[in-house]
Amino acid sequence: MTSLRASNLSVHVGEKRLVDAASFEIKPGDLTILLGPNGAGKTSLLRAALGLQKTATGTSELDGDSVFDMAPAKRAKHIAYLPQIRPLAWPNRVRDVVSLGRYAHGAAVGKLGPDDARAVDRALSVCDLNQMADRAADTLSGGELARMHFARALAAEAPLLIADEPTAALDPRHQFRILDLIQSYVQDGGGALLVLHDIELAARYATQLIWMKAGRIVSQGSVEETLTQDRLAEVYDISAEVQGTRISMKGAL
Amino acid sequence: MIERALTPALMAMCLIVLFLACLLGSTPLPVDRVLAALFGGADAADRLVIWSIRLPRALAAFLVGAALGLSGAALQGLLRNPLAEPGVLGVSASSSLFATFALYYGLVALNPWVLPIAAILGALAATALLALAAVRTRSVVTLILIGVGISSFAAALMSLMMNMAPNPFSLTEMVNWMLGSVANRSFIEIGFAAPFMLAGAAILLLTRRGLSALTLGEEAASGVGLTLRNQRIFTVIGAGLATGASVALAGAIGFVGIVAPHVIRPFVKHDPARSLIPSALLAGLLLMLADIFVRIIPSQTELKLGVVAALIGAPAFVWIAMQRRVAYD
Repeated sequence: MTSLRASNLSVHVGEKRLVDAASFEIKPGDLTILLGPNGAGKTSLLRAALGLQKTATGTSELDGDSVFDMAPAKRAKHIAYLPQIRPLAWPNRVRDVVSLGRYAHGAAVGKLGPDDARAVDRALSVCDLNQMADRAADTLSGGELARMHFARALAAEAPLLIADEPTAALDPRHQFRILDLIQSYVQDGGGALLVLHDIELAARYATQLIWMKAGRIVSQGSVEETLTQDRLAEVYDISAEVQGTRISMKGAL
Repeated sequence: MIERALTPALMAMCLIVLFLACLLGSTPLPVDRVLAALFGGADAADRLVIWSIRLPRALAAFLVGAALGLSGAALQGLLRNPLAEPGVLGVSASSSLFATFALYYGLVALNPWVLPIAAILGALAATALLALAAVRTRSVVTLILIGVGISSFAAALMSLMMNMAPNPFSLTEMVNWMLGSVANRSFIEIGFAAPFMLAGAAILLLTRRGLSALTLGEEAASGVGLTLRNQRIFTVIGAGLATGASVALAGAIGFVGIVAPHVIRPFVKHDPARSLIPSALLAGLLLMLADIFVRIIPSQTELKLGVVAALIGAPAFVWIAMQRRVAYD
């Protein structure tokens, strides 16, 4: 069972503390969602935990081995990372982009071994991309693109997934589709950490919430425990009523 | 299907054009005499024309084109921009500046390896500067502007040297270097450039898989397991070696490195890694054809290969730039 344990992570850029002594753990069976306003340091925290960002303090360990000293290819076999979606440099085929998820396994695009080909085919069909596997990625809609990137992460067959706003700029239906895919990944034994901006959606899918403000983790725990009117006021500066996982927002404080 | 046939077809065309280059010239030789000369028969004069003049010249054009096409395709993959190319990024200009410097001060007379090594150092200096800049800036447009700056600075220093040239002879020599040509190249000169070209090509080909990963952008590429720093270093050194060696052999020849990969890309489904070998072959083919053209058109003084390449390549560069959508930046 693979787990990622980040403890006491701090990221400083100049005088500014982007992340301040943050600790968390991701393990199989958990769907953890990281919430917080813009500029809270969510992306920096993910990058620090992956060893992609220089840290001032703290450690990040994958089953006891430091992620910071780990070769990127080894880390990628254990943690699939989906950064915020950026346009591709070239209009590649969907299948080829998904194949890049097998990069750490030594796969070359267009020349996949049997294991790689099987993982790519499986990811394509799970994400319902079979019909468009041979299309150029620049002909896809936003929802299809998001599924393509998720399929790339799935093709890695890594036990853990870290995704930064995987539902950004998607309509509600496509947001549900992506989160359903992630939920079934977790039910199949994966562990996921996501950054989301939709609190209600987060409350519906998360098994655990992490609340971040101004570089600090202010609270973490189950939805029932941590989703409160006071917390929304504290973290987001909004006034809202909370009933279970239902939130009705009234406006900015 | 087309993709699988692409490389063998290009190889076959390269061989045909190489043979064509032996046939054509100021005094066209018939096929049977060329074949005889190639395989050791025929009279001494024919053998001389083929083995000392036409074949090395055509081979030099091919190698220079292939090195530039490969470097262009690899740099485009690394910088994720179809306009990246040794010429545009100032790598060729910096390389020919160093080579001219070595020629000008007579360093070349010391040892035959001085010229290729000077040219390679010039190329590496420019590529290293670009790679350093690439770490600091995410914008590829900025990188290309830096390349334009390097190019202009190298050109300014070159003009300075021409300005102070002691005699018309060294002036002509320098102009030759700036314009780019494969006239009068022998197997000896090829022998001094080829090892560096091969080393550069080997580095670029061995690390090409990372270029595919870079399609996703740097962040996601490191996410899938690419060691970004190594990829940058290897591509920069590989392109520097190949470009430097091609400048040592032929001077600065621009734009082949843009045109060839641009034509190849749709055939390899836009995968940068798979574009390298076909781009090299196509660029070699194009430069051999351009050199045949230079040799057979009737003119008082022979046209320079680099001039012809730029006359075709520069408008193509503008066209490719205008086709680009903003979304890719």
